[in-house]
Amino acid sequence: MDGVSSEVLRLRAPRHQVSRKSITLWTLHALIGWTVLLVPQAVVLIFAATPLQVAAAIATLVVGTAHTLVMPRWRYRVHRWEATPDAVYTLAGWLNQEWRIAPVSRIQTVDTKRGPLQQLLGLSTVTVTTASAAGPVSIEGLDHDAAVRLADELTTTTQATPGDAT
Amino acid sequence: MTTELPAAPEYAEPVVDWHRLDVRMLIVRPLNEMVGLIPLFIGLLVLGKGETWRFLASGGVIVAIVLFGLLRWISTRYRITTEQVELHTGLLVRKRLAVPRDRIRTVDLTAKLGHRLFGLSAIRVGTGQRDQPGEDGLTLDAVSSAEAERLRVLLLTTAKSEAPTEAVVARPGVVLSEWDNRWLRYAPLTLSGLVAAGALFGFVMNFARELDIEVLDPMTEAAHWVAEQPIGLTVALFAGVVLLVATLGSVLVYVVQFWGYRLTREPDDTVRVRRGLLTTRSVSVAEQRLRGVELVEPLLLRAGRGAHAKTVTTGLGRKGESNLLLPPAPVSEAHRVSAEALRQAESPTRTPLRRHPMAALRRRMVRAVVPLLVLAAVLAWFAPSWTWQVVLALVPFSAALGWDRYRSLGHALTDRYLLARAGSAIRETVALQRTGIIGWRIYRSFFQRRAGLVTISATTAAGDGAYHVIDVAEGDGLALADEAVPGLLRPFLER
Repeated sequence: MDGVSSEVLRLRAPRHQVSRKSITLWTLHALIGWTVLLVPQAVVLIFAATPLQVAAAIATLVVGTAHTLVMPRWRYRVHRWEATPDAVYTLAGWLNQEWRIAPVSRIQTVDTKRGPLQQLLGLSTVTVTTASAAGPVSIEGLDHDAAVRLADELTTTTQATPGDAT
Repeated sequence: MTTELPAAPEYAEPVVDWHRLDVRMLIVRPLNEMVGLIPLFIGLLVLGKGETWRFLASGGVIVAIVLFGLLRWISTRYRITTEQVELHTGLLVRKRLAVPRDRIRTVDLTAKLGHRLFGLSAIRVGTGQRDQPGEDGLTLDAVSSAEAERLRVLLLTTAKSEAPTEAVVARPGVVLSEWDNRWLRYAPLTLSGLVAAGALFGFVMNFARELDIEVLDPMTEAAHWVAEQPIGLTVALFAGVVLLVATLGSVLVYVVQFWGYRLTREPDDTVRVRRGLLTTRSVSVAEQRLRGVELVEPLLLRAGRGAHAKTVTTGLGRKGESNLLLPPAPVSEAHRVSAEALRQAESPTRTPLRRHPMAALRRRMVRAVVPLLVLAAVLAWFAPSWTWQVVLALVPFSAALGWDRYRSLGHALTDRYLLARAGSAIRETVALQRTGIIGWRIYRSFFQRRAGLVTISATTAAGDGAYHVIDVAEGDGLALADEAVPGLLRPFLER
């Protein structure tokens, strides 16, 4: 650790943002999640409304609305990615954030995946796996064309690298 | 152009014979399976009044097991070509497994008691591909011990030389560490006796209930008698019995697991661990697959200045203890063995570690104390008053544990290894080869961000998959990661 200057190192943000449509995707995810929580409560309220249950339902509604409004926009400002000839670099999360770096020379597989909501919005997730059980790097919410291009690019550079990547 | 060229010799794939598993498996496998079915046979034969159908059913089960064993033996074949190890198995569902020989990382020989009586060994070949769980490597269960030994050497040598010479096979390995009776004093510090005793108790009770044997009554009477004695005597007696059972049990478990422990470096550059009293195990790890070592010090063991050690290797499954390098032993021995296994003059695990910032201590303390305070407050609201007093009395202990967790935190970098240590109840110190790091994860929770801390995880193909440097100051952590793997992180850093 010698020779490290006193200046504080920081990670710079990856270069590219994900597609703006991701906001819609995350909003839908949040909506579905909170609906699943709210509907049973509403059903219970119809039949028997005690003050405690009313309070719980209102609390769920308030927290759910706040989460659905804030989380997608916050996430959109955080989520970024970058692929250089040497490495794939991502940043994800909102309250808790995580940077992941995988060297291209260690990449084993490159997948693109689209869930039903993502298909609806024309989005894709690119997942890059390495030999580590803990090291997959995912880029969520890319435009489908961009995702396919990125996957092709990574596959080409990976194939050009010799070795078994462990 | 009429002169005929001599016909080119037809290209012939080198013929390699298919082998069957050892014929003695016809006896061993049914025996092993029948041991597992003893409760069923007892149920069928001992209980009841000896009706004919019970004997017929028992006979039927035995015939089925023997027949099944025979069919399994007939349908299982393996061969080892220059390219790969192939295994064909399965009766109704034919399975063909092939493992490229240059992907073989580890060879694990296991001989259960039944196997040992007949001189057999099961051999498991590990490849370290963990993408599909359950598809990791292949197992030959079983071949004769001599054949297993031949295969072990053969499979691990190919990476370097095509044909292993007999001379290489004959040379014995260098012993790095060996069973020492004095290590038994660490056995009671592992708590394994308590666990074993508990499991045994549960098993016996279960079995007794199945057989309608009343063990509870005499025990209840004994308990009543004990309860009638003065409270001091009761507590002392109970503590004494638990202590005695735990000590004896843990020594027994230690002996059964680790008897004959022997760590060697084989002439084919593999590190080999042999151990076991009833079931013997021999795990060989190709040295170029060894990515580091991990020193594990559970709280009690640490108090007794003991530790055990694990290898960080690609190719070993997560389950099981096949990554054992050293059973619980003096911590100095653990350091020495780590150095020997890694071919270092001085063990990297002895490197003095850098402490983490005070903010990390604050986080440990908050985590140790706040949940208890909240619990106490809630209990004070709802529950009888002695409950929150008990919870409050626990706070100092929890705080001490938090302090110890902070003291455990540390990291360092040597010219070849990344060191990281964490944990109190189980303190783990990992020395990970810097060349074995295949990526980084840098995590920052909302609270870590406010404290200026990050958790840096080095991902690797070996061991746990990722090793963490917890709650390090952001700048220090990034500098560490940058220096550990030159060039990888640099393009993404700024000052």
